[in-house]
Amino acid sequence: MNNTALKNAGPRFDVASVRRDFPILARSIHGKPLVYFDNGASAQRPLAVIDAVDDYERHHHSNIHRGVHALSQEATERYETARDRVVGFLNARSRQEIIFVRGTTEAINLVAQSYARPLLVPGDEILITHLEHHANIVPWQLVCEQTGATLVVAPMDAQGEVHAEAVEALMNERTKLFACAHVSNALGTVLPIGRLIGAAKARGITTLIDGAQAVPHMPVDVQALGCDFYAFSGHKLFGPTGIGVLYGRESVLDRMPPWQGGGDMILAVTFGKTTYNSLPYKFEAGTPNISGAIGLGAGIEYLAGLDLAGAHAHEQALLEVATEALGEIDGLSIVGTARDKASLVSFVVAGVHAHDLGTILDEEGIAIRTGHHCAMPVMDFFKVPATARASFAFYNTFEEIDHLSAAIRRAKAIFA
Amino acid sequence: MELNDLYRDVILDHNRHPRNFGALDPADASVEGFNPMCGDRLTVRLKMSGDCIADIRFEGQGCAISTASASLMTEAVKGQSRAAALALFDRVHQLLTDDAASSDELGKLAALSGVREFPARVKCASLCWHTLVSALKAPEAGLPDAVSTE
Repeated sequence: MNNTALKNAGPRFDVASVRRDFPILARSIHGKPLVYFDNGASAQRPLAVIDAVDDYERHHHSNIHRGVHALSQEATERYETARDRVVGFLNARSRQEIIFVRGTTEAINLVAQSYARPLLVPGDEILITHLEHHANIVPWQLVCEQTGATLVVAPMDAQGEVHAEAVEALMNERTKLFACAHVSNALGTVLPIGRLIGAAKARGITTLIDGAQAVPHMPVDVQALGCDFYAFSGHKLFGPTGIGVLYGRESVLDRMPPWQGGGDMILAVTFGKTTYNSLPYKFEAGTPNISGAIGLGAGIEYLAGLDLAGAHAHEQALLEVATEALGEIDGLSIVGTARDKASLVSFVVAGVHAHDLGTILDEEGIAIRTGHHCAMPVMDFFKVPATARASFAFYNTFEEIDHLSAAIRRAKAIFA
Repeated sequence: MELNDLYRDVILDHNRHPRNFGALDPADASVEGFNPMCGDRLTVRLKMSGDCIADIRFEGQGCAISTASASLMTEAVKGQSRAAALALFDRVHQLLTDDAASSDELGKLAALSGVREFPARVKCASLCWHTLVSALKAPEAGLPDAVSTE
């Protein structure tokens, strides 16, 4: 389908109406209407989230699981309702499987320290892929240093695709854990995680999926996937920062020791012995980010009210239009051309460094991410120091992509 | 904020045609500068004649601001004494961060004053200067071989 046909494809997802749900999209930057193409770094919040957090802060705040007083009960009820929404969102079996954490990074570190560290011995292997975010590399390197295990990296190809055969060839009796991204933050590649999880399970390998870049773009069903762990961040899912989720299979979580000790994760403490609380509280030491969880729950509820199939189709149309429009610019190369991609385009422009491009686009009101995207091994693979990345959400428009193309051409003219 | 003020002709010219770019062998001091936030990486190499910078060259990968700043820096400090180069670092640092800083007698380096309106880019312009200072202090500090602006 060509550019024009895509723009006119029906039935249309009602972007104009959805945009009104996100107050920040009405902003101007340097006198120009904001074009927000940095959704992969952090998405914007709808009013539903802003209002839910505001309502909690104004009317219901207290500590949870503590007091018998009304406010504590109201706060607890709202926090636990948010957990129930996450259960539905991921199709987990129960609320015991949903642990609130700060974000994807903390979720992976929790699994590294509480699951992998006690289990691994020298000679064991942790398998990841070449396109991982640093948050799905460094926690495993730490565990390898601590246990003597080895980190094994499955390759990707020149399109930024990870082939299941290549990953499976590296799975063996020493592999104790397989951790990979659902969607690459630097390239947009959607990984064949259904097949990869199946291959790992068949060999008795525990699996963790970094879903930070996937949950804003596609439905996720952890039971259908069959993974042992799935992690994501609230702020990339139109919710607040500082809140995220670790899904863990209950039978696996049960066997793990607590990660952090403190309040809420205990049933009884004496100086001789502490009895840990049941799941999920065993992994939620200390007062959590209550308003963050409530905001995340509101974000999930907001998404449930959207035409998600329409939103997905719109995002894929944005991706196609952007790929075509940017591809027409002389000297522009798209980095990451996998067949199955989420809605983002990473690129470099000959003669214009990504940071200069970022500054020039910002003057036009266009927010993109420039740099290594916390994926330095990906940059090294493609032999670029940095890329520019435009990452889309369902509230972005085709007109905004026209602005992006025009601004890139202006940047080229400055450096011509 | 004006883009023309950031990307002045002098900056664009030195980005397109960086002066004193390439290897210097043998060198008396060689220090790599790295900005982990953006991945900019450059190496500054010095050849000293007594207390004087007899030759200086740089190489690496960076944005236009970082490349032009390094190019302008090598032109400005070549032939200067260690003390004069360190004093120039202080002047440029002020120019990049202080709205009231004067660019009198800074010559072409004055073109860097536009950077201070773009706070996210100050580190791009200052990376090479921090690397130079480190290279100048290398003999007495026991030869560090890397400096970071983070």
